Amino acid sequence: MRRRFIVPVINSVAALMCSLTCSSAVMLAQTWNSSGLPRDAFQPTQAKSDPAPRRDLTGTWDAGNAGIQGTGHVAAPVTPWGEERLKDIKPGNGPRAVTEEFINDPLSIMCDPAGFPRLVLYELRPTQIVQTPNQILMLYMFEKRWRVIWTDGRELPQNPDPRWYGYSVGRWEDDYTFVVQTIGMDDRTWLDNAGNPHSADMRVEERYHRRDRDTLELTVTINDPIAYTKAWTPHDKLPLKLMPPGTDLMEMICSPTEAAAYKKLVDTQKK
Amino acid sequence: MSNKMVGVFVVAINLVVHSAPVLAHHGTASFDDKILTLKGTVTEWVWSNPHCFLTFDVKEENGSVTHWAVETQNPTTMSQLGWTRTSFKAGEVVTLTLQGVKNGAPIGRVRTVYFADGRVLLATGVTAPDPLPAK
Repeated sequence: MRRRFIVPVINSVAALMCSLTCSSAVMLAQTWNSSGLPRDAFQPTQAKSDPAPRRDLTGTWDAGNAGIQGTGHVAAPVTPWGEERLKDIKPGNGPRAVTEEFINDPLSIMCDPAGFPRLVLYELRPTQIVQTPNQILMLYMFEKRWRVIWTDGRELPQNPDPRWYGYSVGRWEDDYTFVVQTIGMDDRTWLDNAGNPHSADMRVEERYHRRDRDTLELTVTINDPIAYTKAWTPHDKLPLKLMPPGTDLMEMICSPTEAAAYKKLVDTQKK
Repeated sequence: MSNKMVGVFVVAINLVVHSAPVLAHHGTASFDDKILTLKGTVTEWVWSNPHCFLTFDVKEENGSVTHWAVETQNPTTMSQLGWTRTSFKAGEVVTLTLQGVKNGAPIGRVRTVYFADGRVLLATGVTAPDPLPAK
């Protein structure tokens, strides 16, 4: 009789304790409108992460300030074709920066899509990676945009119609390294804020290496012999950190209405 | 210059030269390196992409009013620095340090905001509040 009384009490207390601690943990993880990890998350630490899971990039990842790249990248030397293309490009940043009234950046002035690979070379904000049996989906906070990386073994298309975000296929090189090849990008897009150009024949390789449970390294290589004299690597093992489960991301959308209001305000002030 | 003065006006030009912020959506080439210090009355705070902007009125020493518009980075970046959609109320008086544009128009990029209640907000790339000129 006494035992029958004590056991349920112990179970109830345990259940109560668990419900309190578990719900607290869940509440801590479930934050709305996250803008990214705190900056100290990117400081070197002695804490050892758990090993990386096999063939798994699932989660929301943040590169912190290193993903923003506001001034653009140092590209390989351009070809004569690249030089000609640069005559029409007026960036607001980098070595060819012009003053505000002359900038013609299609993203920041017109709110055109960033396109690929600019989406990962500029404002690489927190990104959720989702794996399905035949795709890996990249869900980007910046622009609230997504990409589909096909993993069903298909070949890249021949002579594809250009797309803002191209055509991507991926494969596991080993259990911790996923490699993506992308072609077919619209050559109206810039590669970065410095206005580095590309041709429609560009091929981009992304290597996602999961170093451990909490760290993903991204290397991006630009292969575009029409625009550049050699291949170059704007991201070389850029570290991305795993965000807590349950992270809800902010919207970060370039609204043409808001951009127009901003421009109107600036123009009014100049008069 | 008394804190109790109702008039709001330009208090000084801080001649300390700082380097321009390295992060920018549009560009850095338009902004002067000189840091201005202004005291003004907020008229509007707009929390939008690709830039948030603050408008405020500054009363000049001759009694005229200059309407200023200054930008910050986007809401995502600013929220990481403690700024929110409700950081400013129309009608409140703030003191700002900022970089104006080179052509002299009343447009600029905020660096530091001092509120009357003692709060201080820093913009992107600003690691410590810009000092206010000695009174």
